[in-house]
Amino acid sequence: MSEIRALQPQIPPSQPNASSAASGPASPPQPHPAGPEIRKFLRERGNSAAADRSFQILMVLCALSIFGIVALIAIVLMMRSNMAWHQFGLKFFYTYDKDPVSGDALFWDPVNGHFSAVPFIYGTLVSSFLSLLLAVPLAIGVAIFLTEMCPKALRGPLAFLTELLAAIPSVIYGMWAFFILVPLLREHVNPWLVKGLGWSGLFVDDNPTGLGYVSAGVILAIMILPIISSLTREVMSAVPHSQREAVLALGATRWEMIRMGVLRNARIGIVGAVILGLGRALGETMAVAMVIGNSAEIHHNLLANGSSMASVIANEYAEASSDLHRSALTELGLALFIVTILVNALARILVWAVTRGAPAENR
Amino acid sequence: MPLSGNPIRSKIRAVTDNTVTGLAVLATVLVIAPLVAIFVYLIYKGAASLNLDFFTKIPKPVGEVGGGMANAIVGSAVLLALASLIGIPIGIGGGIYLAEFGRGTKLANAIRFTADVLNGVPSIVMGVAAYALIVSTHISLIPFTGHFSAFAGGVALGIMMIPTVCRTTEEMLLMVPHAVREAALGLGVPNWRSVLAITLRTASPGVITGCMLAFARVAGETAPLIFTALGNSFWSVDLNRPIAALPLQIYVYALSPYDDWHRLAWAGALVLIVLIVAAVSLVRYVTSRGVLKGAS
Repeated sequence: MSEIRALQPQIPPSQPNASSAASGPASPPQPHPAGPEIRKFLRERGNSAAADRSFQILMVLCALSIFGIVALIAIVLMMRSNMAWHQFGLKFFYTYDKDPVSGDALFWDPVNGHFSAVPFIYGTLVSSFLSLLLAVPLAIGVAIFLTEMCPKALRGPLAFLTELLAAIPSVIYGMWAFFILVPLLREHVNPWLVKGLGWSGLFVDDNPTGLGYVSAGVILAIMILPIISSLTREVMSAVPHSQREAVLALGATRWEMIRMGVLRNARIGIVGAVILGLGRALGETMAVAMVIGNSAEIHHNLLANGSSMASVIANEYAEASSDLHRSALTELGLALFIVTILVNALARILVWAVTRGAPAENR
Repeated sequence: MPLSGNPIRSKIRAVTDNTVTGLAVLATVLVIAPLVAIFVYLIYKGAASLNLDFFTKIPKPVGEVGGGMANAIVGSAVLLALASLIGIPIGIGGGIYLAEFGRGTKLANAIRFTADVLNGVPSIVMGVAAYALIVSTHISLIPFTGHFSAFAGGVALGIMMIPTVCRTTEEMLLMVPHAVREAALGLGVPNWRSVLAITLRTASPGVITGCMLAFARVAGETAPLIFTALGNSFWSVDLNRPIAALPLQIYVYALSPYDDWHRLAWAGALVLIVLIVAAVSLVRYVTSRGVLKGAS
């Protein structure tokens, strides 16, 4: 502070007071006698336009790094999958080679160089679809309970518990599913599925391990529940109370109020939440790798072993035998990247349309 | 009191309402049940194997009883430190741009959207990209490239942290009242210093909370580490070598055919989940108490 005082000029007492409004012609503003020293002092302290500008540029660069990450991942994946792309082209995704002698399908044969994404796309779609079938009704039910029916005291703890489900790492889900869920399904649920729904041809009792699409679907359902549920709750809370009150004023029961006043208005956002859950289910790796059985084939039987895109990458990448093998796996990774980006973008657009651009939860 | 003129219709409406209430309660119970089941089993199976050995010894050769996961815990710490070093500064920088300099601009909206979308990209894709960038390319001038290494694993995890930290920092900075910023600028504090020393400091409980959230999320990730850090059965903190990580070790041990390794996997899972639950609960506690005690 004393340095500032030292820079202040000594004002002679006879100087006219320039601030009187009715005085004569205003003299041009006199440059401060200690101006340059003050400016130097401030610049040394970082109080300059250059410092501000360089800080802003630094922050812009940090923000642009997000674009950079997406671009970098896309470019590097495309470069590495070039070999498989040149060899197989688009047919990688919808056809597969057949053994010329026996007519068997050769889906994924690293030894002889036959690669096709068909069994993995099938496995990913089947397990994700099963998980949505199980998770969406439950998640919407939980969201309805927590938003409309729950006593205020329970709301906090229950919401915390559902968010805790989202925080559990997927390897722990996989381990719990492998040791406890799969035997449970094998002993108690699968026989009932075969007995009750075996007529459809979807449930055949020929897999004694209990691993398969159904087990993967169940554990995926548990994993995507908190995402769908928390986004649905957010979307339902964004519906203005006037809607609810209007429906109630017309004599609706509580369920009718929820159906007509809340769900009808929030349905776009709920669709977005479901799509976000689908995006998570498509990319889920560890839990699926542990319970889906890891066999690169297509089966109508939902109880049979299968494989998903993420699980085959996790299982085979570290020990890929040839460059073509690794390139094919990278192409699977690129496909997964593009699909999840599109699905997530669609979901975010839908959710933002309802919550009007409020910062979306990232869980 | 009938709900509508027609008595049958009233009955149907009342019964439907009660049924739906029951279904919603059932759904909540069905959702909480697996959570409780997971915790109960983890504690039941893991608590018995948690002893001092677990935290201090490295795994024994296959077939021998005993050993621990000390190298995995230390390895995870190293990986997470490297990830935080990469992810947190860049993420906070991005958040500062979104909240302070770019508020309302189209670029900021695009960045926010991309960050949300990047959060949904599967972690295995990050691992493949890190492998392609660092592990499989051998550039002689840049260290750590060309082989499996802890550096590659740390970079993969760090890239995953950036969007999360960016979004939470932005949300926390948006909550700082304008009066604080204006007071600082009115006193002649340069903009950069006002943002860093005053706005960011005011929001710092929330920003730290966001970093902890990203940290907890990344601590449990296994998929990016499978073919970047690769795992290691021995003590190693070398960034240039494969390193053990707790979730990776749990994965390998859980799928092995050895009962002793299963036991260790359960104990490791219990340690991991206790850490993550503690972090998430702390986050919840801090945000519910109000993050801006320092402002106005």
